[in-house]
Amino acid sequence: MHPAFSVLLFTVTSGFGYGFMIILVMAQLFGGNPFAAPQAYWLSFAVALLLMTVGLLASTFHLANPKNAWRAFSRFRTSWLSREGVLALLYYPLALIYIFVLWRNSWQTSPVVLLTGVLCIVIAGLLLLCTAMIYASLKTIPQWHTRLVPAGFLIFAVLSGLLLFNLALTSAGQAVAKGWLWGTVALSVLAAVFKWYYFAFVGKPSRSNINTATSFTEARVRLLDTGHSAPNFLQKEFIYEVGPKTKTLARRLVLLMAFAMPALLLFAQMNLAGGGLPLALLAVVSAYLGLLLERWLFFVEARHVIRHYYGA
Amino acid sequence: MRLGLVIDLDTCVGCHGCATACKQWNTSGTIGPLSDTAPYGKDPDGAWLNRIRTFEVEEQPVSKTVHFPMSCLHCEKADCVTVCPTGASYKRDEDGIVLVDQDKCMGCNLCAWACPYGARELDPVQGVMKKCTLCVDRIYDENLPEAERKPACVLTCPTSSRLFGDFDDPNSEVSQAVRARDGQDLMPELGYAPTNQYLPPRQPVEVSVHAVEEEQPFTVKGWINKMIAR
Repeated sequence: MHPAFSVLLFTVTSGFGYGFMIILVMAQLFGGNPFAAPQAYWLSFAVALLLMTVGLLASTFHLANPKNAWRAFSRFRTSWLSREGVLALLYYPLALIYIFVLWRNSWQTSPVVLLTGVLCIVIAGLLLLCTAMIYASLKTIPQWHTRLVPAGFLIFAVLSGLLLFNLALTSAGQAVAKGWLWGTVALSVLAAVFKWYYFAFVGKPSRSNINTATSFTEARVRLLDTGHSAPNFLQKEFIYEVGPKTKTLARRLVLLMAFAMPALLLFAQMNLAGGGLPLALLAVVSAYLGLLLERWLFFVEARHVIRHYYGA
Repeated sequence: MRLGLVIDLDTCVGCHGCATACKQWNTSGTIGPLSDTAPYGKDPDGAWLNRIRTFEVEEQPVSKTVHFPMSCLHCEKADCVTVCPTGASYKRDEDGIVLVDQDKCMGCNLCAWACPYGARELDPVQGVMKKCTLCVDRIYDENLPEAERKPACVLTCPTSSRLFGDFDDPNSEVSQAVRARDGQDLMPELGYAPTNQYLPPRQPVEVSVHAVEEEQPFTVKGWINKMIAR
């Protein structure tokens, strides 16, 4: 599949936003304001909303006819893309009610705070699920049509959220509890193992091939002519090839930048007396770039069945 | 009613007449235009609703060249409709034709991603999705003589390799052709239940060259030639 940069930006950035939101609200609901100063919580909350917004805006950049984008809220009964749009739109009033009531109650967890807070967590999770299901619902791409895709989107987003939470606490000048750090390191390891498993899964042969595509299931079939002299829409959109060396390099870089580097940096942060800010920042930057590369590879390794009509 | 096409892979000669007729009719039809970019340039591109690819089936010396025209197969389980967020893509209850409402499409490409047959192409100028309409603006037009109320591709095909009709009617031309010639689904494993059917090439009639030689009447010239060749 052709990797459109706006889509990579959308899924990774909104993933950071949803993940940060989940961790922030969870921390608040279970243990009160995790920050010494209340402003730090408001600021972090605003950053999470901003990341979500930037991600969603980026998703509209790949539309060829964006003036009709408002219609995407209409088919939520069948379309995962529409569901994501509707939930994203509902999220803003919900988040604002939660933060407003929390402020009015001066950090006391009232039933309204609890209800809206839990909804903020659940709907952020559902939004991640919707993003992933846009891809996982496509039977035409065997590498995407699997439960591994929603599981991966959820794991990577929560990991991004934990790394941002660590950065927020550190930049507020607070020491981060060992439990949070160890939890983040453990999730990084889990995420790396998960991604490694997905890389193996991607190599599985597809049920479709040039024989099922042409209905000549008992003969050798070979493409002679595509019927046109220059690449068409189908080839440009669905057939994107990179060499095996580039692929292997990209896979290693994903595991290194998205998971190994952040885990090592957090480990170093744990054993440092103070001044972990550069480490926490570097961990977030490394994970962001690593996950962008992960999403690029997610598209590059997706092999749409239309390629069987082009000789594959 | 379940309208669709039967395509005869035995007789198609790969002339691209169906694709050209389709482009001509539909660029000025209800979903038109079908835009091109640099049509006479070095790198021509544009939206076509019908593509013809050519395959070689089996290996020399018994191979056969098969021309393979593909347009929308108007699937019973059309995922392109399910994934559409705007409601631009829809499948008609009355005849099963899958259409795109050009005024609602936002050009997100998701329906094209969901189609295994490459039936949907984004218009490079308008930014909306284009696909075969089964010439819906022609097959119901009562101002046309009844014989012409067929898709443009079917009418133009010089070898009559394209049949149009109602698959729900067991006596229609298409249903009979599918029964007689063992019509095939493309990529049945994906479960899209395509309406259009493809008729496999017939088995070639065996002609024994040796037998023809044996049957030559006896002539003196023939006899001398045979002797000298030895």
